[in-house]
Amino acid sequence: MERIEAIKTIAESLEDELVVCNIGFPSRELYAVKDSPIHFYMLGSMGMASSIGLGLALSQKRKVVVFDGDGSILMNMGTLVTIFSQDSQNLILVVFDNQCYGSTGSQCTYTTKVDLHEIAKSVGFKNTFVFEEEIDFKEVLDVKGPVFVHMKVMPGNADVPVIDMEPEEIKERFMEEVKRKSE
Amino acid sequence: MEGSEAVYKSLKNAGIDFVVSLPCVNLGKVMEMIDCDPDVIHVPVTREEEGFGICAGAFFGGKNPAILMQNSGLGNSVNVLASLYELYRIPILMIMSHRGTEGEFMSAQVPMGKATPGVLDALNITYFNPKTPEEAMEIIPHAWKLSEIGEAPVGILLEIPFWK
Repeated sequence: MERIEAIKTIAESLEDELVVCNIGFPSRELYAVKDSPIHFYMLGSMGMASSIGLGLALSQKRKVVVFDGDGSILMNMGTLVTIFSQDSQNLILVVFDNQCYGSTGSQCTYTTKVDLHEIAKSVGFKNTFVFEEEIDFKEVLDVKGPVFVHMKVMPGNADVPVIDMEPEEIKERFMEEVKRKSE
Repeated sequence: MEGSEAVYKSLKNAGIDFVVSLPCVNLGKVMEMIDCDPDVIHVPVTREEEGFGICAGAFFGGKNPAILMQNSGLGNSVNVLASLYELYRIPILMIMSHRGTEGEFMSAQVPMGKATPGVLDALNITYFNPKTPEEAMEIIPHAWKLSEIGEAPVGILLEIPFWK
């Protein structure tokens, strides 16, 4: 499955969940298939999507879904330990694994050699999912977090434009919506 | 009043309610006090950069965040401070134990100790050096206000003599 198709399928099954999306093409693809004020598009700081998602999950009650990548998770592996240890029940970490650094020219990552799902399980994640062809995201939304979703996708990026919003605009729109919905 | 108590009380006075931390011999007591406070969410992290990510998310969720770390962690966090905090204009109070300064016993702390003010300057981060607990009580709430209004990180550097 192409990543944009996986992003589209998951995004369509979401309603009220806050989304933190990884740097580069994943954010552009999400923005192209479904934009929403409850999406936070991360434009810099590679590796930080999972951590931003954890902070958000710990500071308010709504469910948070992080769209991350294999390269980013490898860059911030400590995040798996912290997320598990904080036992954040409203956090779902989705890792789109295409075994490459897709936004920089598809150089291979070490997920060609290691299995992120096995790593998540060994850290202690109780609820984990692996999807390759079919995605049943409703099942994911029904279980208690922290949830780890290993979403295997093909390498390659969709032909989508850059996000035509200023960083501050993304932040302010997102924060207003977080605040409004928690009142 | 001793240093640790002053830092803890002034964080409370500032309205800080979300703290991430990395261990430090000087900040140990502050961490214990924060950990015992039911009104503050305390998240120990594995690396400072990760802590900055978590604090940004907490700010989006309506919290007033602070990070407790050694100045060495500033070196681990330069990119997140630029491409997340500066880019999106996010506030955070950085409470840093400034090792490698006067009275340092470990040579490995000295190079980063010397580089710290320059790194903060290069990132355009305003910082303060309270010398006594009384100064900390005054400066820390002011620093958070500045961070909130300026939508930017503000640092507090606490040198070795502060803790004596």
